[in-house]
Amino acid sequence: MVDKILKFEGVSKSYRSKTALNNVSFGIEPGKIIGLLGTNGSGKSTLMKIAAGLIPASAGSASVLGVPVGLATKSAVSFMPDRPLTESWMKVRDAVGFYRDFYPDFDEEKARRMLDFMNLKESDRVSSLSKGMNERLQLTLALSRQAKLYLLDEPIGGVDPVARAKILDAIVEFYSEDSSLLISTHLVRDIERIFDEVIFIRDGEVVLQEEVEDLRLKHGKSVDDMFKEVFAE
Amino acid sequence: MTMEFDNNLPIYIQIMDYIKREIVTGKMKAGDKILSVRELAAELQINPNTVQRTFQELEREGVVETRRGLGRYVTSEESKIMSIKKEMAGDLLERFINGMQELGFSSQDITAIVTEAVQSEERR
Repeated sequence: MVDKILKFEGVSKSYRSKTALNNVSFGIEPGKIIGLLGTNGSGKSTLMKIAAGLIPASAGSASVLGVPVGLATKSAVSFMPDRPLTESWMKVRDAVGFYRDFYPDFDEEKARRMLDFMNLKESDRVSSLSKGMNERLQLTLALSRQAKLYLLDEPIGGVDPVARAKILDAIVEFYSEDSSLLISTHLVRDIERIFDEVIFIRDGEVVLQEEVEDLRLKHGKSVDDMFKEVFAE
Repeated sequence: MTMEFDNNLPIYIQIMDYIKREIVTGKMKAGDKILSVRELAAELQINPNTVQRTFQELEREGVVETRRGLGRYVTSEESKIMSIKKEMAGDLLERFINGMQELGFSSQDITAIVTEAVQSEERR
């Protein structure tokens, strides 16, 4: 029995009186691309941050490859936050250098190939990049680590359809098959083709986890239509 | 290769149909090498596991075969290709006949209409 890459058991998280996650349990198998789908404020980012070890859960347990999330799991997890970690004085070259110095598993050669694929130049100033180009850079940095679990928080949020397509291309092209990807988004239609499974999260609770092809077969519907149904107000 | 997917149907079934169509129409020939999982996934911008599943199903149906260490190939059995063709024709016919019956045509009517349509097509 192979350990789940990521496992949540009864995880809850409250910020003062506000409950962000309530008794969340799920598991992610190796080699899968999973969509974490929910509307704004549903708890996606909180879940990601707990998995990345950036914030503690209030209750329950989260583990990566059987090890409780913490210092020990950080080397196995690469997190792409919804706000960039790069500084405005940096050039693309500096951002790559920053990641290389910070993460021993950073694959500089892969980063170069990805930059090339993304049409990013090492001499570009990070602060002068458009939103779409910045997303491409962040994705390059996150995927160039040799991690077991990649957490991508809203990688296609707020970018135009062309940049979106490029980012999806890059994900399919550059992810390694023995690792898993958890991608949060509320833009379901554009991205549902690259998912193996989807997890729907609403008001801090997991309401559905299913393989997308099974979902289409069973309901005769796209993930997007299911999403609209589940999240209809 | 470009393909428009219908997200309401399983993607692997759509790719299976697409590949079968390519074979039947002769765009892919018996014994041709097929793209790798990775290549096809990148080209279609879909999940590699979905492509993997497509190939597994096509293999199970005998449409493609894996040669150890060499990759995947379109079956070299012409009879298999013929039977795919028949199967696809069967699907088309079934849909047509169902549609005509829904419109209220009897079996004789349908046969007559088809005969006439085929003849007028030939005269053109």
